[in-house]
Amino acid sequence: MMTTATPDPEYIGSTVIPTAHLTPRTHEPERVRFSAPMHERLALPGAIIAAIAFGLLVGPVLGLIGGGWVPITSFLWMLVTYAVLTGLTEDFQAVKDRFSGVMISSAGFVVVGILALVIGFVLFQAAKILGSIRFSFLTTDMGLTGPLSPLTQGGVKHAIVGTLEQIGIALAISIPLGISTALFLNEIGGKYARLVRTVVEAMTALPSVVAGLFIYASVILLFTKQFNGFAAALAITVLMLPIMIRSADVVLRLVPGNLREAGLALGAGQWSTVRRVVLPTVRSGLTTAIILGTAHGIGETAPVLLTSGVTNNLNFNPFNGPQISLPLAALEFIKSPQPDMRTRGYATAALLLLLVLILFVIARAIGGQQAGVLSDRQLRGRADKSVRDLSRIENNHAYIKAQLEERRRFHNPTEGAPR
Amino acid sequence: MTTATYLPDYPVNGLDDAQPREITVSHAPVDQAFRQITRLSGSFVLLIMLLVGTFLTIKAVRAIKSVGLWDFITTQAWSPETNHFGIAALLFGTVTVALIALVVALPLSLGGALFITEISSGWAKSILTGAIDLMAAVPSVVYGLFGLVFLQKHMVPFAYWLSTYFGWIPLFKVDGADPKNPLPNDALYTSSSLIGGVIVSMMIIPIMTSMMRESFSRAPAGEREGAYALGATRWGMIRSVVLPFGRGGIIGGTMLGLGRALGETIAVYLILSPIFDINLHVLQNGGNTVAMTIALRYGEANDFTMSALMAAGLALFLMTMAINFTASAIIARSRSGADSEA
Repeated sequence: MMTTATPDPEYIGSTVIPTAHLTPRTHEPERVRFSAPMHERLALPGAIIAAIAFGLLVGPVLGLIGGGWVPITSFLWMLVTYAVLTGLTEDFQAVKDRFSGVMISSAGFVVVGILALVIGFVLFQAAKILGSIRFSFLTTDMGLTGPLSPLTQGGVKHAIVGTLEQIGIALAISIPLGISTALFLNEIGGKYARLVRTVVEAMTALPSVVAGLFIYASVILLFTKQFNGFAAALAITVLMLPIMIRSADVVLRLVPGNLREAGLALGAGQWSTVRRVVLPTVRSGLTTAIILGTAHGIGETAPVLLTSGVTNNLNFNPFNGPQISLPLAALEFIKSPQPDMRTRGYATAALLLLLVLILFVIARAIGGQQAGVLSDRQLRGRADKSVRDLSRIENNHAYIKAQLEERRRFHNPTEGAPR
Repeated sequence: MTTATYLPDYPVNGLDDAQPREITVSHAPVDQAFRQITRLSGSFVLLIMLLVGTFLTIKAVRAIKSVGLWDFITTQAWSPETNHFGIAALLFGTVTVALIALVVALPLSLGGALFITEISSGWAKSILTGAIDLMAAVPSVVYGLFGLVFLQKHMVPFAYWLSTYFGWIPLFKVDGADPKNPLPNDALYTSSSLIGGVIVSMMIIPIMTSMMRESFSRAPAGEREGAYALGATRWGMIRSVVLPFGRGGIIGGTMLGLGRALGETIAVYLILSPIFDINLHVLQNGGNTVAMTIALRYGEANDFTMSALMAAGLALFLMTMAINFTASAIIARSRSGADSEA
């Protein structure tokens, strides 16, 4: 046993933050600010306007080209105009730079445009038919609805129930398994963890239909002998697990090492460090990882197709009998030749898309902050907590001081000098 | 005041008998339990992966044995009922669709990634990053629906134009198309590998873009500034610093995208009309992929036909795994040292 070191009373309370003693850094005020000259700033908008005008001229006005070619012609014309405008005042290097900048930006806009088009198209299709589908779409199943029944009959309640139950089961398995595996990869490490990480990364691209086949071969053929919701949930788990592990792994990697080391240096064991330092630091990131995994899992169609079976009836029991889910219901509706069924398919797909969008927005809202950086509200919470802690620490301190004093008097009744 | 750094005089290696002390680490019971439990879940995940391969292999053996491995790989037909089936056409179709998807997706995702890292800034950057992530989360059935209802209608005129003017290239030839006919037969073009490939490209753009974006954003700021200081334009800087630095990310991301494209099921299933011959004409109706065949045929399955599907699934599994391991090896090598804590 080492003797308890008592702090020299002279230094108690005299800890200072070293930076406070440094002279504040002075910034020289900026004197000149450059920006591109007017003719350069106006070149691109000018080129765009010219291109649109040119496209409209040769397309709808003169009728030289078909409607589909207008955007392409306009784009090419814009490139040419912009290059020529830049070339009037700049050298070849600058022209190349502007040209590549426009190309790169166009690619960015096209990617975002595709996304907007897909989402917009599906929601638009669904909105068009909103008039004929009532709210009952969400509260009835297809059990009594024939192929020729009007749109006002039937709905996707059975699919909603199936999706919720299947995703619930999948989450119940994959959250604990996924997070503890991510912790294994990050907190324990070693050669074995590297192997697991490699395999998990490869598994993120496991073809979804293969996951379905696997569950079919293992769970359905060996154990349940019938299509059911639980098998579908397992197939979703196989696909969701690697996505969740990977994103949780990325988040955990962002925990600053010095936080972890501070925990260990204060004498905490590995588990306490993980529980009290690492996990609270990345709470928002982990939540995001889970929600994103859910968003991916909810939309999986192919594995569910092979495992859950198709039914028109409401089935609350995931362990017995076929149980359809939203993506599968959408697929079945779309495959049907009946226009009303297809309409139901749009509505179901739009519902699914909305669900994913909502999950995604929630994930963004939670995960917008960086690991270890606190929002104002959290900061206030921490401050309150540390005020509460302060009084506790002061009480303890006073108590320990009294105890030490007593012990010292007991051992060295004559000296009384600090040791 | 001058200061100099001296090397302290350590004894020359081997001249002293100093030995590193054996450090034994003993963990508290609760930590021990934590380590074991997490290790167990890691092993469990590994086990699942192994089981996927094992089960598919066990189930596939019967079908492959009955036709022979070589016939299984080279036959262009799928009728397990008459014991005449193989994956030649399926593999060819899978690769065709995936390559078309890659050709469309590569320039877009390269440009998109450069746009996010080099051109956009501030809130635009975070919104774009979010949009790419969202694009990855959109369910495949939604993409399939979009392709079926929107893209087919709008791609057919383009396919018609391509086959009319470039039909002399065997790839773009369409059997039965008559360029002189003023009313083209649209039905020849609606279910082609091209349209399937374009839909799949939308689904692989997000993964490719985010891999590339990640590797581009790691390009060291010092080298970027060095390029600017030497008088490079932004494009010059991108070409001489960002692209060489991100080469591993570009290759790896592309291969990951390829892996995804090979396994895409539902969108292709909704668009392509299945045939079991090798079809070189990408604009023409008909094509097939392994994943799509599995999704189409699982319903009619008895034990043996299921075994044949398992064999096809195994081939797909092996192909994607090979591509993915290569991709992650390339990405990991390009990232060496970047993992260290700052």
